[in-house]
Amino acid sequence: MKLSSKWMQLAALAVLVAVLPLFFPSGYYYRVGALIFVNGLAVTGLVILIGYAGQISLGHAGFAGIGGYACALAPAHLGLPPSLSILLGAVISAVLAVLIGKPILRLRGYYLAVATLGFGILVSMVLTNERALTGGPDGMAVQGLALRKILRGWGWKLSSGEFWYILSALAMLVGVWIALNLFQSATGRAMRALHGSEVAARTVGIDVARLKLQAFVISAVYASVAGSLLALQNQFVTPDIAGFMHSIEMVTMAVLGGVGSVLGAVTGSAILTLLPQVLTVFAEYEQLVLGLVMILVMIFLPRGLLPSIAAKLKGRGE
Amino acid sequence: MSLLEVSGLGIGFGGLRAVDNVGFSAEPGEIVSIIGPNGAGKTTLFNMISGVYLPDSGHVRLDGQDVTAAEPHRLARMGLTRTFQNLQIFQEMTVLENVIVGFHQSESGSLIADLLALPAARRRSQIARAQAQELLKRVRLDKAAEELAGNLSYGALKRLEIARALAMQPRVLLLDEPAAGCNAVETEEIDHLIAELAQSGIAILLVEHDMKMVMRISNHIVVLDHGEKIAEGSPESVSKNPAVIAAYLGAGDEESVDADS
Ligand SMILES: Nc1ncnc2c1ncn2[C@@H]1O[C@H](COP(=O)(O)OP(=O)(O)OP(=O)(O)O)[C@@H](O)[C@H]1O
Ligand SMILES: [Mg+2]
Repeated sequence: MKLSSKWMQLAALAVLVAVLPLFFPSGYYYRVGALIFVNGLAVTGLVILIGYAGQISLGHAGFAGIGGYACALAPAHLGLPPSLSILLGAVISAVLAVLIGKPILRLRGYYLAVATLGFGILVSMVLTNERALTGGPDGMAVQGLALRKILRGWGWKLSSGEFWYILSALAMLVGVWIALNLFQSATGRAMRALHGSEVAARTVGIDVARLKLQAFVISAVYASVAGSLLALQNQFVTPDIAGFMHSIEMVTMAVLGGVGSVLGAVTGSAILTLLPQVLTVFAEYEQLVLGLVMILVMIFLPRGLLPSIAAKLKGRGE
Repeated sequence: MSLLEVSGLGIGFGGLRAVDNVGFSAEPGEIVSIIGPNGAGKTTLFNMISGVYLPDSGHVRLDGQDVTAAEPHRLARMGLTRTFQNLQIFQEMTVLENVIVGFHQSESGSLIADLLALPAARRRSQIARAQAQELLKRVRLDKAAEELAGNLSYGALKRLEIARALAMQPRVLLLDEPAAGCNAVETEEIDHLIAELAQSGIAILLVEHDMKMVMRISNHIVVLDHGEKIAEGSPESVSKNPAVIAAYLGAGDEESVDADS
């Protein structure tokens, strides 16, 4: 029964992705769509960390930064193709997540928030200050993916916007599929259990330290891959990708949509990615609006948009 | 060598000796009750035995092996688990999922298999699910299997915690006030369940304020007061012990050690 709900959610998402372009007024919206999906991927990772395992991170943009700069630096300095650079970035992020996760995941609540915040700031500072390597605050150019040219060789001619729309959507769908698999699995259930009661989880034999670390590493890899895709599609990357604001944006997307639900995360990403496109004033007051959204959600929809709406509908149905 | 052996166990919080120099042992199939007035240190003792608190003196041995400093999940994997006085339920999960979590050891395998929903992972989960359903029947919660645990009544949640603990097939089971807040029928059910579990060879440590129940089903009783063991023995001998009677009267509450009152 639960299994079919997984495929229903995936199918709904896939149909939406396929149908949406029919309503695009211009090719520009492929870019917006791609951005939504990339954000959706990163936020799905946060759902695993925050929604499943109940641990907070205000520094996950740091991993996006590592993924982004891996795609900028590895092709230039190591001669690695960009596709493999995504992998390299993910591996570096995973290793780093293990190293910093081990000590800081012992902390709880505010302390964990501050520690992860520190990590994010550290990454963005390194990216900003290592001018010789990273170009400093001005950022650096990123080589494009060869895949588009290969597809063209096969006679499939896609605009850059279309190409990234499809690729980002596929990445997000795979990310959502994995997150939904995890939800129903022994590991995911144990994560949700430790979220519900850590002491009870321990007394049924769950190694909570190990499980928190797994959630942290998985979500770091999600953020890293999302950061790589972002850098590759923009063909440019700046330290902002790892900045505090980006971390907050990710958490706000997760919280807005409903941090316990993967589809909610995607919805939150869509709303907060679209807002600045629709309301240009938003771009100027982005921080203000993010803060406001966060406060309003916490007060009126503490469980997030989708779960709250679902609960309302269910309540009415009975 | 006893299955569970507790000796000289003690812990202090600030100036308070919550538990001091407490020792006893339990054999397979035995029901050992820990009684004492409110604040006597019963739950604190359970917390130390189950690895939630690290005692500052004394030892816990399981099968003769020193497990004093072992973490709760290690003890659980060795066959010692517990329920909680103040319910510790996974509220946002279904009743069935709560019990499936109890099968974590047998259900869990490789992380990759879980992430990709490989057949091996799905098979493991299906087995755990079927076994959990059986356990829910045993505590008569099978009808509520798909409900969110948070929606259940207090008495039902007490039974759910027992089912979750049983999922681990423990050899030593610590029950902290399993019948608290339950009505007479529910209490009777739990009473039967505990006796049944002991018969199947599980060593049971029981903390319970319902004295009739304690006197009826215990093989052995340990009495705590102000963190210290003031008496120990069979139900008859303990209920006649002047120190025990004094402790209960001194505590000034309604309970009595007399089983017939
Ligand atoms: N974590 C803690 N920090 C400080 N004091 C504690 C802690 N845990 C227990 N205590 C104290 O230790 C004493 C024993 O408490 P405990 O909960 O073990 O009693 P109990 O016998 O289980 O009582 P009850 O019958 O009310 O459940 C109490 O005075 C309590 O306040
Ligand atoms: Mg207690």
